[in-house]
Amino acid sequence: MRTIASEEIENAVYRLAHEACLHLIPSCRAALEQAKRGEREEGALFALSAVLQNADIAAREQMAICQDTGYAVVLAEIGQDVHIEGKPLSDAVDEGVRRAYRDFSFRKSICDPITRVNTADNTPAALHTEIVAGDQLSLTFLPKGFGSENMSRIYMLTPAEGVDGIVGAIVETVRLAGSKPCPPVYVGVGIGGTFDTCALLAKKALTREVGSRHARKEIAELEERALAEINALGIGPQGFGGRTSAIGVSCEIAPTHIAGLPVAINIQCHCVRCAKCTL
Amino acid sequence: MKKLYLPLKQEDIDALTAGEGVLLSGTVLTGRDCAHKRICEYLDKGEALPFSPAGETIYYAGPCPAPAGKACGSCGPTTSARMDAYAPRLLDLGLKGMIGKGERSDEVCRSIVKNGAVYFAAIGGAGALYGNAVKESELIAFPDLLSEAVYRFTIEDFPCVVAIDSAGGNIYKRKRK
Repeated sequence: MRTIASEEIENAVYRLAHEACLHLIPSCRAALEQAKRGEREEGALFALSAVLQNADIAAREQMAICQDTGYAVVLAEIGQDVHIEGKPLSDAVDEGVRRAYRDFSFRKSICDPITRVNTADNTPAALHTEIVAGDQLSLTFLPKGFGSENMSRIYMLTPAEGVDGIVGAIVETVRLAGSKPCPPVYVGVGIGGTFDTCALLAKKALTREVGSRHARKEIAELEERALAEINALGIGPQGFGGRTSAIGVSCEIAPTHIAGLPVAINIQCHCVRCAKCTL
Repeated sequence: MKKLYLPLKQEDIDALTAGEGVLLSGTVLTGRDCAHKRICEYLDKGEALPFSPAGETIYYAGPCPAPAGKACGSCGPTTSARMDAYAPRLLDLGLKGMIGKGERSDEVCRSIVKNGAVYFAAIGGAGALYGNAVKESELIAFPDLLSEAVYRFTIEDFPCVVAIDSAGGNIYKRKRK
């Protein structure tokens, strides 16, 4: 049994929020630079140049890279030999979020769904926990902007629809989103599980490096096929037209029921921000 | 890139063509979901608005709080389509410009043409770049809405693309499969 103080978790969340909101992950930056080299049209080049210039300004001036510093999504993998001492885990995570969003001038974007009154401190976080083997605690912080979250969809396909149906659902989601989610987008896809676990798989897919491929060959091929079909849509950066409508498609899978084929598509804007640590 | 000054003059608006890049300088009002909802509630009740939209340009944005020494924090555009339900009413009251990101409804496109207005696309996600182009910020209305309150920004060389021009030209209706 290993004891981890809740304060340590709180401080880790604080540091991860700061790191995530100020920087593009390197694989996203590389994908955007590659996209810029592949574009010819004025609008697409204007948009991608601004986005890359923005990343430099944010890092230099320690400003949030995007004003939508997001819903604080925290994925915690907790070793079953870990004992957390002090505050309940969710309180520690929320306190880390609260302090970071206050101290680093990040926007507070969380509100009551009906009255729309803002909680004023960006809490609660969307905390997902998973109990795993071992005595470590891993944290992933994903500040999730909602311009892109709003364009996400879930499909309950039939088994007969198969891989073609999955690719069709992914491409349709990006096509319907059009210019709204800040393309070129990063597409996280959950395949299988249940209605709820499928959506979480899609979110987890967004914590993978942009351009990474699934270990299973047929899933990797599905990712590549979906990406090629999306980029044939012509939406382009910011919807101005062009060759890059997405910088990546990442799929995560889980076994599902014999009667179903759930597919969740979680859209992330071109501003892929994510930070991880292990305690 | 063409420089353009705000508040917009009608002859400047009429000379814009969808697809061209512009650098905007001058004053804009910010407003997003909650501010628009509240403005329309004022109008529904027949109450006077705390500011007049006539001749103004609205920037669909909710900034990060200003860090020490800056007028504004990170402040890129938000998705304009969510304001489509409200925009025609404001255009009918004389609103001349809108800055946001992404496509608009057919109703908004028609209202832009009818009212001789213009819609500019800023680059979504470029919050630090746009926040730095805000030189002054003044709270105008609805402070309880926090980042969704209405501010008057003085902006300088704010890079945008003309997305929908006053003749109905539309950058989002080109080249899409």
